[in-house]
Amino acid sequence: MARLHEHEGKALFKIAKMPIPQGDVAKTPEEARKIAEKIGKPVVIKVQIWAGGRGKAGGVKFANTPDEAEKMAASLLGMTIKGLYVEKVLVEEKLDIAQEYYAGIIVNAQAGARCPVVMFSTEGGMDIESVPQDKIALMNVDVIRGFKIYDALNLANKVNVPSGHIVAVARLLVGLYDTFKNFGCRLIEINPLVVTKEGKVLASDCRLSIDDSSVIRHPELGIQVARESGTPPTELDRIAWWVEEKDLRGTCYFAEMNNVLKGEVHGTIGFHGMGGGGAMLGVDGLNKQGLRVPNFADTSGNPPASKVYRAAKLVFSQQGIDGYMLGGFMAANQEQWHHAHGVVKALREELPKRPGFPVMLLLAGNKEKESLEILREGTKDLNARIRIYGGERVYDTVGLAAEMKEMVLEYKKEQKGKKG
Amino acid sequence: MAILLTKSTKVVVQGITGREGSMRAKFMRRMGTNVVAGVTPGRGGEEVDGIPVYNTVKDAVKNHGLFDVSVTFIPGTGLKDAVMEALDSDIKWLVMPVERVPLYDILEMVAYAKTKNAMLLGPGSIGVNTPGIGVLGWLGGSVEFASKHFRPGHVGVISRSGGQSGTLPYVISQAGFAISTVLHVGTEPVTGMSFSDVLPLFQEDPDTDVMAIFGEMGGSHEEEAAQLVKSGKFTKPIIIYVSGAWAPAGMKFSHASAIVERGSGSTQDKISRLKEAGIIVVDNPNEIPQWLRDFNTQGKLRVKTPQA
Repeated sequence: MARLHEHEGKALFKIAKMPIPQGDVAKTPEEARKIAEKIGKPVVIKVQIWAGGRGKAGGVKFANTPDEAEKMAASLLGMTIKGLYVEKVLVEEKLDIAQEYYAGIIVNAQAGARCPVVMFSTEGGMDIESVPQDKIALMNVDVIRGFKIYDALNLANKVNVPSGHIVAVARLLVGLYDTFKNFGCRLIEINPLVVTKEGKVLASDCRLSIDDSSVIRHPELGIQVARESGTPPTELDRIAWWVEEKDLRGTCYFAEMNNVLKGEVHGTIGFHGMGGGGAMLGVDGLNKQGLRVPNFADTSGNPPASKVYRAAKLVFSQQGIDGYMLGGFMAANQEQWHHAHGVVKALREELPKRPGFPVMLLLAGNKEKESLEILREGTKDLNARIRIYGGERVYDTVGLAAEMKEMVLEYKKEQKGKKG
Repeated sequence: MAILLTKSTKVVVQGITGREGSMRAKFMRRMGTNVVAGVTPGRGGEEVDGIPVYNTVKDAVKNHGLFDVSVTFIPGTGLKDAVMEALDSDIKWLVMPVERVPLYDILEMVAYAKTKNAMLLGPGSIGVNTPGIGVLGWLGGSVEFASKHFRPGHVGVISRSGGQSGTLPYVISQAGFAISTVLHVGTEPVTGMSFSDVLPLFQEDPDTDVMAIFGEMGGSHEEEAAQLVKSGKFTKPIIIYVSGAWAPAGMKFSHASAIVERGSGSTQDKISRLKEAGIIVVDNPNEIPQWLRDFNTQGKLRVKTPQA
C-alpha cells in the first residue's frame, strides 16, 4: 500500500466534492503565515508525516493570528516526530467542533465477503479499535451494484445520526466510496469526521493508502515507491522500486528495516530471500542465531538474471554487513539458473573488495543441478568463505543459520586482527 | 484428485503467445493436460507448440466447443477483461497465475464470477498439479523436476506461497510419500478461492488421506480452515505450518482491518485457533515428514500409488 499524506488525500476528497476544511500546505513559516491570512480566522497547524497520534506527539498546534501561525510553523518545520522529519505542515481553519464521527472503507478478504466494507460510527476522534462493535455500522458492498446514497443513509441511520445532518453525512460517504473506487485505494479512514456547531459536516482528517498494484494507473499521484512502509523510502528502497518498475518480469522486493533482536547480536547479514514464505523462514532462522537482518529482500516469480543481479547488488550496498545469504528456502518452480547467473555476477563484482567475506548460497528446485554448477564454477576462484547448498538443506533453517554464524564470527575475528 | 482436473478436462490458455504463456502451455501439455486452444488478440491463425491460437475466446469456442478451464497468462492490469471474456464464454473455472492485479479489478471479477457460478483460482496462483493427470498453471516448474518429485500418492497439499507449493511436495517425496493434488491459492490480497473453498474438494477426494498446508500471517485462510474442521465439514488429518511469527516491519495493516477481522490475522492467533480445532501445527515445515510417517504407521496414510 502506498500511503498518502493527509493533504494529498484531502486533495482527492476535493475531486469527489467532499467537504474539507479550508486550508493549504506550507513548507516555510512565511507560507504558513500567508495561508493563515487568507483563511482570516484561527487555524490549526498539523505536521504532514506518515504517523498516527500526531497530536499527542506534539505535531499539532493552534494559532489565533497569522503571526502566531508563522511562529508555530517555524517550531514544527524541521522537527523530528516519531523518527520522521517534518518537511511540510497543513494549515487549516480551526473547526468549532460539536461532534466527532468516524468513516472508513477497507477490503474484506474473508471467504464469505471478498468486497469493500464501508464503516461508520458516531464515536469518532478516538482509536476506532476501542469502540464497541455495536456502535459501528458496517456494510459489505456488492461492487457490481455499487454503493448508493440510500445505503449511506441506512448506515448513518443505524447509529442514529440526527436528521439535521444525515444527508450531508451520507453524501460524504458516497464521495468516500467514489474516491476508494476511482483511485484504487486499499484503505481510507476519516477520523474524525467533524460536525461543527453550525451543523456543517467536514472531513477533518484523512488516512489513505493506494493499493500497490493500482499505483500504475495513477501517475498523477506522483507515488515514488508503491509499497507500504511506516517510514519514507530510503535511497536503496527507491532504487529497488526503480528496478521493479522498469522490468515487470518477476518480483524484486527490497526494503530496509529495523530488525531489533533480543539478546546478543553476533553480526549483520545482507539477506537475499526467495519467495515470501521461504524468505520469512530464512530470516527467522538467522534471528534465532543472533544474526541481525537489516533488510527484507525477495526475488521470485521467475525474474530474469538482470533483476536478480540488481537485487543482490542492493543487498551488498548496505553499510556494515558481515555476510551475504541467498536464502532459497524453497524447491522452486522457476528455473533457478537465472538466479545463479545474476548472483554470480554480483559476487564477482563485490567479493574482490571483501576478502574472506562469508557467503551462503542455497538454491533448490527446478534446474538445481545446473544452477549449483553455475554457482560453483562462477565463484571457485574468489577469495571468500563461500558455501553452496541445494535441495537436501531446503528447510534446514537452523543448521544453515548456525553455519552462517560460525563463518561470521571467524570473519569478524580476522578483520579485527587486520586492524590491530 | 479427479474432482478438479481429469485427463479429459478441456483447457484454453489466454495469453498463450507471451513469454510465460507459451512456455507454460508447452509444460502443461507435456504433463498430460488437455490444452486444446490458445487466445491472443491479433495473433489468430498462429500456433504455439501445435496449439491453435485465436483472437477471442468466443472464436476458440466456435472451433472447439465449450472449455472447462481457462488458464490466464495476462498482465495484471488486463486480467479483469480477460476473465470476464472467459466467464461470458461459459468457462466455469479459471486459473490465474498473474500478479500485480489492481485490487478493485479483483473484487469486480470475483463478484462477476459469483453471478456465473464460476470458480477463480488466484490471482497470483501458480496453479494446480495432480500428478499423473496434469497441471494447470506452472506448478511443478519443469517436466524433469515435476516428474521426479510430484508423484501420485495420498497427501493433499495447499499453500499460500508459490515457492512453498513446490517445496512441500519435494520434501514429502524425499520422505518417501507422494501427493494426491497440490494447489496454490494465490498471493494477491484477495483471492477467488480460500482454504475453506478448497478443503471440501480434498474431503471428497478418495485419493487424499491427509493434508499438508503452508499457511501465512495475515488474511483469514487459516481461521476459516479451523472453523471448517470445528464444524465437522473436514475430517481428514491436517498438518500445517504458519509462517511469519517473525514479521517484516511495516507489513501490518491499520486499525481498520482489525475491526473486520476482530483480532484474527496474526500468526499467534492463527496457531491457537488451529490448535483449538485439533489441527497439528508444526514449528518448522521440516517436521512434516515425521508426522506423515506416524500417520502411515497408524494406518491412516497410504504410501504411494504403484507406478502404472
